[in-house]
Amino acid sequence: MKFADREDLLGAAMLGPALAYVILLVGVPFVLAIMLSFSSATAGSLTLTWAGFRNYSTILADPIFLRSLRNTAIVTIGSQVLVIVLATAAAQVFRAAFHGKRAARFVLLLPWAVPVSLAAIAWTWIFDSTFSVINWTLKVTGLLHGWLYWLGEPGLALFAIIIVQAWRIFPFATVIVLAGLSSIPQDVVEASIVDGAGFWRRLFKVELPLLLPVIAVAVLFGVVYTATDLGVVYILTGGGPANTTHVLPTLAFQRGVLGADLGQGAAIAVFLVPFLIVVAVLMLRVARRAEIGAGGGAR
Amino acid sequence: MKRVGLYVAALGFMAFAGFPFYWMFITAFKQNRDLYVGAFDTHHVPWIFNDPPTFEHVRLLFGQTDFLRWVANTLLVIVAVVIITVVLAVPAGYSLARLAGRWGGRLGMGIFFTYLIPPTLLFIPFSRVVALLGLQNSLGALILVYPTITVPFCTWLVMGFVRSVPWDIEEQAMIDGYSRLAVILRIAPRLILPGILTVVVFTFTLVMQEFVYALTFISSVDRMTVSLGVPIALVRGDVYHWGSLMAAALFTSIPLAILYNLFIDRFIQGFTMGAVKG
Amino acid sequence: MGETSPGVEIRQLRKRFTGGDHDAVDGVDLSIREGELLVLLGPSGCGKTTLLRMIAGLEHPSAGEIYIAGRRVDQDVPPRARGIAMVFQSYALYPHRTVSGNIAFPLEAARLPRAIIAEKVRWAAELFGIAGYLDRYPRQLSGGERQRVALCRAVVRDPQVFLLDEPLANLDAKLRNTARDELKRFQRQIKRTTVYVTHDQVEAMGLGDRIAVMDRGKVRQVGTPHEVYEDPVDTFVATFLGQPPMNLVEQPGGGGRTLLGFRPEHLLPSDHFGDREPLHPIPLIVRRVEYLGSDRYVYGTVEFAPEATVIAKLPANIGRAIPEEEGGRLDFAVPERALCYFDAQTGERVRR
Repeated sequence: MKFADREDLLGAAMLGPALAYVILLVGVPFVLAIMLSFSSATAGSLTLTWAGFRNYSTILADPIFLRSLRNTAIVTIGSQVLVIVLATAAAQVFRAAFHGKRAARFVLLLPWAVPVSLAAIAWTWIFDSTFSVINWTLKVTGLLHGWLYWLGEPGLALFAIIIVQAWRIFPFATVIVLAGLSSIPQDVVEASIVDGAGFWRRLFKVELPLLLPVIAVAVLFGVVYTATDLGVVYILTGGGPANTTHVLPTLAFQRGVLGADLGQGAAIAVFLVPFLIVVAVLMLRVARRAEIGAGGGAR
Repeated sequence: MKRVGLYVAALGFMAFAGFPFYWMFITAFKQNRDLYVGAFDTHHVPWIFNDPPTFEHVRLLFGQTDFLRWVANTLLVIVAVVIITVVLAVPAGYSLARLAGRWGGRLGMGIFFTYLIPPTLLFIPFSRVVALLGLQNSLGALILVYPTITVPFCTWLVMGFVRSVPWDIEEQAMIDGYSRLAVILRIAPRLILPGILTVVVFTFTLVMQEFVYALTFISSVDRMTVSLGVPIALVRGDVYHWGSLMAAALFTSIPLAILYNLFIDRFIQGFTMGAVKG
Repeated sequence: MGETSPGVEIRQLRKRFTGGDHDAVDGVDLSIREGELLVLLGPSGCGKTTLLRMIAGLEHPSAGEIYIAGRRVDQDVPPRARGIAMVFQSYALYPHRTVSGNIAFPLEAARLPRAIIAEKVRWAAELFGIAGYLDRYPRQLSGGERQRVALCRAVVRDPQVFLLDEPLANLDAKLRNTARDELKRFQRQIKRTTVYVTHDQVEAMGLGDRIAVMDRGKVRQVGTPHEVYEDPVDTFVATFLGQPPMNLVEQPGGGGRTLLGFRPEHLLPSDHFGDREPLHPIPLIVRRVEYLGSDRYVYGTVEFAPEATVIAKLPANIGRAIPEEEGGRLDFAVPERALCYFDAQTGERVRR
């Protein structure tokens, strides 16, 4: 058989370059990152000298690191809980037909479409201590009596970060849930109506269970996007005030890139890995469940 | 009654999602004296134009900053990365869908999962590798590295798309006398054109949005991309010129938002790994 | 107003979908007797499923009235309050629940105590012989098993009316006959009013106590299988029922205003009839003969009406000696009593 008909060779040839690229530029650096975390490499020297667990013990004793670990968890969980609530509610609203739905959807998608850094700088302006339009609105409606130094106080700043993350991710989650809603077989929902289920029973006992794979995917992506995000925190607070709002990515950047201590930077970033593995495993389970088939009609 | 509640809720969500953009818009066109009024002044309403709008911030942005240069840089990177991504991901996706048999699904998933490895982990080794290659502070570094974000997801996208196109036309062509390779080169592209288009658009949006690698590799202002330059370098002597800043943010957001709306269904199919058939 | 009987009563029911240019259901009057199995039969698009869904309450009528067990339901009585149960064509089982969970769902919605639910589920499952599957999921069941689960789920709430939307359509042909038999026996046993939608006229004939033949939103004829088959009111009903369909030819000497109708099984060699009854001769020009085992189909044209193809259905033991070459002329006939006359323009039956 000629080469032009050899499906196996053709397949390999077409897949090869992408595979090679991914292995070389994702796989290798990934391994390199882990290796670096065990070395005392700096940006200046070119050698990888073995340093054992020194980087890890250093950061684990560092209160700033521990705080950044905690912050990453708080921001991720806090924002994603908000995202789930907002997205399921928004999906219920947007599944109905109403005038101007397309325009509404356009606006709804804006937070997700805009580059992270630009959204972050806009929110920095919105949270500005002197000119914050949120403060003005709260004050005018009588809800605020003092003043909110959004990005100047650690607790408030973390809250602001959570808001921004939820804001930029919930459109993505909403759209995914909406797509999931429209893929629920219509006759199953009608059967539940005939069987006597009211709105809430239908929602909790029929629609949400069938939506679970889709919601899971939205949540998992949202979690990854939030936990590994650098832009929002970097631009909003830079990790401050006084290193109180660092998350793992920003701290890794500060120590590893700005501070040129590659070993320590890598060690910090590596703490993201076990958690990413968990996410990947969960996604695999969802994908497998989806393949076996959530549809139960006669076939 | 339920109808009213629906509209109110819809407006609520729209307000939450959209008010920062309205704020961008107002800031971009407000005169400075209308803009820089302390928020504790409850008599001055910041949500409306109290003085007539002005183009001075826009003029400053285009005339006296590197914004246009950043746009040019970004476009250059986009074109290069789109080409690389299409060349790598489209054949790979096709191969996984049609030619790889049992392996195809597993390998495809594997490639997809590399999408989960974040730039905020890889930027540490990359900062070294890029320096070693002499690419520091260059757009070349971005062009080299951005496909690590685009290729995995786009391969998956193409794979899903090709799977959904029925196989019969290609089979028919083979019966009619074309070799497998000829079918791939001449028949397949037309069939999977929408998939290729989705890859182009997705890559475009990904490059426009990317911040971490740009921050890591680029240090001089004239080499920056829009996503990096606007928040970092639109500062004149320690003062943020919010008017121009917001104008830049606004102008960048709108075309991206339009593209997203047009291609949203395709993206969703990719994300949900086929759990949702569009 | 007037008296309403138990069972289902439909008066002047009309349905037009928004954006539609015609009525999906166009003024239907139907009286379904308590305990009978009424089949809504018709081609796709005739409105039978829409009609069924309006009885169920899943669609709102544009005009008209629906009464279930003497009570008017079409205005604002939701499906769950109508005393109905429905089996969908796809069965619509809840994929995330086990078989027992599926059957229990309507009882849970009615907030019955758990012990009673368990009891009823078991009763229904034993009724259909699926008690062994209670812990399985729909995706693990075959088509026939899923159908039985759907029926269980319908029966468990003890409804007054059963609505079935082409429940046998998704089964293999072999399975369909036995399933049909089981369905009929089950319906006789529980004696509940049943409305059954299908496009399969064999199924309709086999199952229905009465058949309502529908076309383009209107009911053409309602009657027992015998009535709609032997005594059709128009050409639509006449040609829809019966396989192969009734032959229709222009009546010679009728000036093109009348059609002659006769069923293939009544078109037989003249000498088969003897002198027992008055016959109408049909000289047949043979085109082709199909041998189908128990029958032979003779395709041909009638000498006096050469534009129409007719089919004669000969049982295997009749007319064994007939010549089968193409172009051959055969002396066939139809008994006068089996002839139907139709108006060529309106299609309506003309009675002599």
